[in-house]
Amino acid sequence: MNRVAGLLGRQREASLAAVMVVLGAFVATQAPQFLSASNLSQVTVLASIIAIAAVGEAMVVITRNVDLSVESTIGLVAFLVANALKTHALSTPEAMAAGIGLGLLLGMINGVLVAGFHVPAIVATLGTLSIYRGVDFLLAGGHQVTLGDLPPGYTDPAIASVFGIPLFVLIAIAVVGTTAVVLRQTRFGRQVYAVGSNPVAAATAGIRSGLVVFVVFALCGLLAGLAGVLWGIEFGTINATAANGLVLQVIAAVVVGGVAIFGGSGTVVGAALGALFLALISNALILLDLSQFWLQAIFGGVILAAVSADAALLRRLQRTMAENRSR
Amino acid sequence: MSSAVAPGRSTNWVRGLARWEVLLALILAALVWIGSIVSPFFLTPGNFSNLTVAVIEVAIMALPMSLIVIAGEIDLSVESMVGLSSSVLGYLWAAGIPLWIGIPAVLVIGALGGLLNGLLVTRGGLPSLVVTLGTLALFRGLALVVLGPRSISQFPPEFTNFGFGNVPGTPIPWPLVVFTIVAVVLGLVLHRTWVGRQIFALGRNQGTARYSGVRVVRTKTGLFVLSGTIAALAGVILTARFASARADAGQGMTLTVVTIVLLGGVNIFGGSGTILGVVLAVFTLAVLENALRLANIAAELQSISVGLLLIVSVTVPNVARQAGQAFHRVRAGRSPPSGSIVPGE
Amino acid sequence: MISPTPPIASVIPSVSPEAAIPLRTELRDISKRFGATQAVDSVSLDLRSGEVHALVGENGAGKSTLVKVLAGIYAPDSGSIFLDGQRMVIRGPANARQLGIAVVHQEPSLFPDLSVAENVFLGHQPSGRFGSIAWGSMRTAARRLFEELDVRLDVASPVRGLSMADQQLVEIAKALSVEARVLILDEPTASLSAHEVDRLFAIARQARERGVAVLFVNHRLEEVFELSDRVTVLRDGRRVITADTSDLTTADLVRHMVGRDVTMFPKVATTAGEVLLEARDLTRSDAFMNVSFSVRAGEILGFAGLVGAGRTEIARVLFGIDRADSGEIRLAGQPVRFDSPAAALSNGVAYVPEDRHQEGLVLDFSIASNVSLPILPRLFPRLFVHRETERRLAADYAERLSVRSTGVDQLVGALSGGNQQKVLIAKWLATKPRVLILDEPTRGIDIGAKAEVHRIIADLAASGLAIILISSELPEVLAMSDRILVMHEGRITAELARADATEEQVMFAATGQQAHGDRPTAPVPTVD
Repeated sequence: MNRVAGLLGRQREASLAAVMVVLGAFVATQAPQFLSASNLSQVTVLASIIAIAAVGEAMVVITRNVDLSVESTIGLVAFLVANALKTHALSTPEAMAAGIGLGLLLGMINGVLVAGFHVPAIVATLGTLSIYRGVDFLLAGGHQVTLGDLPPGYTDPAIASVFGIPLFVLIAIAVVGTTAVVLRQTRFGRQVYAVGSNPVAAATAGIRSGLVVFVVFALCGLLAGLAGVLWGIEFGTINATAANGLVLQVIAAVVVGGVAIFGGSGTVVGAALGALFLALISNALILLDLSQFWLQAIFGGVILAAVSADAALLRRLQRTMAENRSR
Repeated sequence: MSSAVAPGRSTNWVRGLARWEVLLALILAALVWIGSIVSPFFLTPGNFSNLTVAVIEVAIMALPMSLIVIAGEIDLSVESMVGLSSSVLGYLWAAGIPLWIGIPAVLVIGALGGLLNGLLVTRGGLPSLVVTLGTLALFRGLALVVLGPRSISQFPPEFTNFGFGNVPGTPIPWPLVVFTIVAVVLGLVLHRTWVGRQIFALGRNQGTARYSGVRVVRTKTGLFVLSGTIAALAGVILTARFASARADAGQGMTLTVVTIVLLGGVNIFGGSGTILGVVLAVFTLAVLENALRLANIAAELQSISVGLLLIVSVTVPNVARQAGQAFHRVRAGRSPPSGSIVPGE
Repeated sequence: MISPTPPIASVIPSVSPEAAIPLRTELRDISKRFGATQAVDSVSLDLRSGEVHALVGENGAGKSTLVKVLAGIYAPDSGSIFLDGQRMVIRGPANARQLGIAVVHQEPSLFPDLSVAENVFLGHQPSGRFGSIAWGSMRTAARRLFEELDVRLDVASPVRGLSMADQQLVEIAKALSVEARVLILDEPTASLSAHEVDRLFAIARQARERGVAVLFVNHRLEEVFELSDRVTVLRDGRRVITADTSDLTTADLVRHMVGRDVTMFPKVATTAGEVLLEARDLTRSDAFMNVSFSVRAGEILGFAGLVGAGRTEIARVLFGIDRADSGEIRLAGQPVRFDSPAAALSNGVAYVPEDRHQEGLVLDFSIASNVSLPILPRLFPRLFVHRETERRLAADYAERLSVRSTGVDQLVGALSGGNQQKVLIAKWLATKPRVLILDEPTRGIDIGAKAEVHRIIADLAASGLAIILISSELPEVLAMSDRILVMHEGRITAELARADATEEQVMFAATGQQAHGDRPTAPVPTVD
């Protein structure tokens, strides 16, 4: 039984992968173009951007917090990077680095509010969701940056690939891999889980929960910044509403990927698979000629189904264990 | 252990009132004064009508939201219920179904949506934050499915007049009448009946409430149903006011609703707050937005200011509470060590 | 008054830094105040290398506070800590551990999602290459620790779902995983089986052989005599005496702890009436099996047993919080099935829960609001609360139970523990119950308040209530109950009439030794 509990997270990853294979196979039989290189590349490139943001969000959720502001961070970074390139304020590498740095800064603001001022994460990030987007609108002022404003070849990385694997996918794999190793193999990583699993015990164990939470929010911002840069490269044309509403998709990816909303368990690999799963559904709707309007409802349903299933599983597990124990 | 409002005639009650509601009233008075300086139109009856109607939907939704937050939960899905309500109303109207059927129908949909939230939270044992984040997406998605990118207009004038117009012979807009009725009823329920007492008890200490015979599932589910229904009503009002039904109606309203509730002095951790405070917060926000508009300050700044207001209205009492708690903890003696070192949540 | 012990200096040899003296830990004149309460008042304590030092005292005597000061959880207001004559400031729990102070806390505080091995080693995980965590050697080390404890636990499985006893064992392994100079055991035996207690004592003795100073905080005096070399008694935050354990008798210890002869509980003379509550073959799979009993009007039925024996779980079913898997409950002859506390309440069953703060009271409600909470719908059928009615009702009960307060508008959180307990009882009496279930009604309150609560319980029984008294304090159950049921691991192992019951008999049944001797540790659950 104990092993089942241990597998709970990994089981989710395996079953998610299985569901995706089945879904993929079904879509492929209905719409053969699903398996075309260009379609697969398009699906995975979009999924990669969401996955990178979901990795950051997953870390935040593991500490029993939530970051609703990621979409505004992505949008603001995407716009400002594009705008800096349009006005030739910065060179391309400078602009990209500045974008990631801006994400880090915005994440640190969230971290200070939550860890420093003890504002509940939901309130703090609901506020910054609106503030960051407001700044975006203020700076964009109804304008947009189009493909033509950008340096030639700027959007090429979005279609570049190495050994047939899209560059963005490789970046996402690198991010997921690095984060997974950090969470699994370093003391900081274990502290992230400890803080979410039992904050009281974490304090007794001498873990500086505030610092851990701050760092996790900062990293979430950093990854949202990276996602914002990639978003700009992928879409080319950017206005102030970029990535609007994306946070629901990111959180859906995280919970579908098996990260417990009660904190303390789940993996970033799961969150990344969750992002791929959602991208697949979105692609399937297009290929099967179903209304795109269903997408948001499906995301909502997926969030509810995933958390309900997790909670039910946990309850059953505890009940069975209690029975084992009493006998 | 906070300094905020507890029921009963405790000194805390008086102190809490003295602090937050009075402070809000003073801020409101100051804003009115500034507004009257900034613009000669500010103090006109027409402007009064304008400024309240501009925030009427969020104002109405803030009332049941206050009860939910006091009970220790939150409902983020209200803005999507506004969209769903508007879409279904428009869809039914376009399909030739009269409004006297359409309006009750969308109110029932609102109640059902709230029931879904409530059951997932109470029976499913899930955090309301995540549940209503899920239904935030779900309800908006359903709104899009129902209406798509279309917008439905050509509603009958009696209906749109309900959104635009004033009570004959007064500068009081019809929606404000609705707001007043809801505020008075919920204020009485919260502060004068035992249902309200049980809501406070739930937010203060759910364990004790349950052991004391409070029907936790029924009460919380009821609050979510109320919230869903009122959100649907807000959708109807919004549709009337803009004379147009759209799937994206109400987008972004949750932020403002939560801001009003917290600015009104409701404790985000549950267990305290007053309807009076929330009503004052409604007018504070309405006057602020109106003054910003009359002062020709960019609309973009408004979303920034609401966000800032939200964070500030939690940070300030939070910091005060922590100072107070540190004091109480010292006095309470052998409290668990945890409290002394864990920084909040 | 007991004369205070001589100052530390004359008890231990004077400090000379260069001499090869045994390692020693000293607390000098430690004081800690929480608001109006002086929790620890200028207490000095020396722990010698290679001794087991028992720390005893009533609830609230200051034991836990002192332990928490040494564990780095509280900073003392004044006084200092010396390690081998060196003055040290302990900057926090992690710092205490670095200094070699290991603590087994009373309540396990573990990470449910992390594995057993990781819980043991969190904060000082063995590192492998590049400073990463060496999971393999961590698990091996954890396995070795549990072997030493003679416990079978899967170190790779998460802590979630382990029994309290197993969690306590993980705590112990955690403390043993550091090279400790001081090992603090803060009431560690409450949830352990006899076998596990034996193992723990063996380990404490081993630690003593290795030169560790063991500080053993305990209520169970027989364990104090079994294990400790010296004993320090605290009372009201002050040290009463430190002496060699062999120089003291149980009666001495008790006298030092309470500072006066043990108060007698009021005797009850009741005539039992008709059967009010009856349970037949009640079973709830993870808590208790085939439990049958009945309580009559005017009778006090005592439930004795160790923590976790299933007594509270039965009360929760009787009160409609949990549901039984099978079996029947009859109230005044009628079968009933409560699906909520509200249903139990309206049928005249009241439950005074064990946890005052989480389940009993709303601390920042007034006395009046607390007392009326369960009966609001009954009191005000037209919804509107009439404050005056409410206050009069509360004032009436507060007076009957002699609650000391500034009035019924005072917040319950501002009352002392004993007065809070009286408000809690008042709250349930206001529901006018026929059956009253009291779960550890005198836990954590001072001796004077205890006697008052006992008097109240006796009066209530005399007035015709059927009372179920759950208590872990044997003298309390023995003195108050007309009949005593003893539970062990979810089963009733003995039913004793008042006249026949002795502490030994109850303890025997409560530890289940009759039935199947020492029980090994809970089997490690495996996937089936």
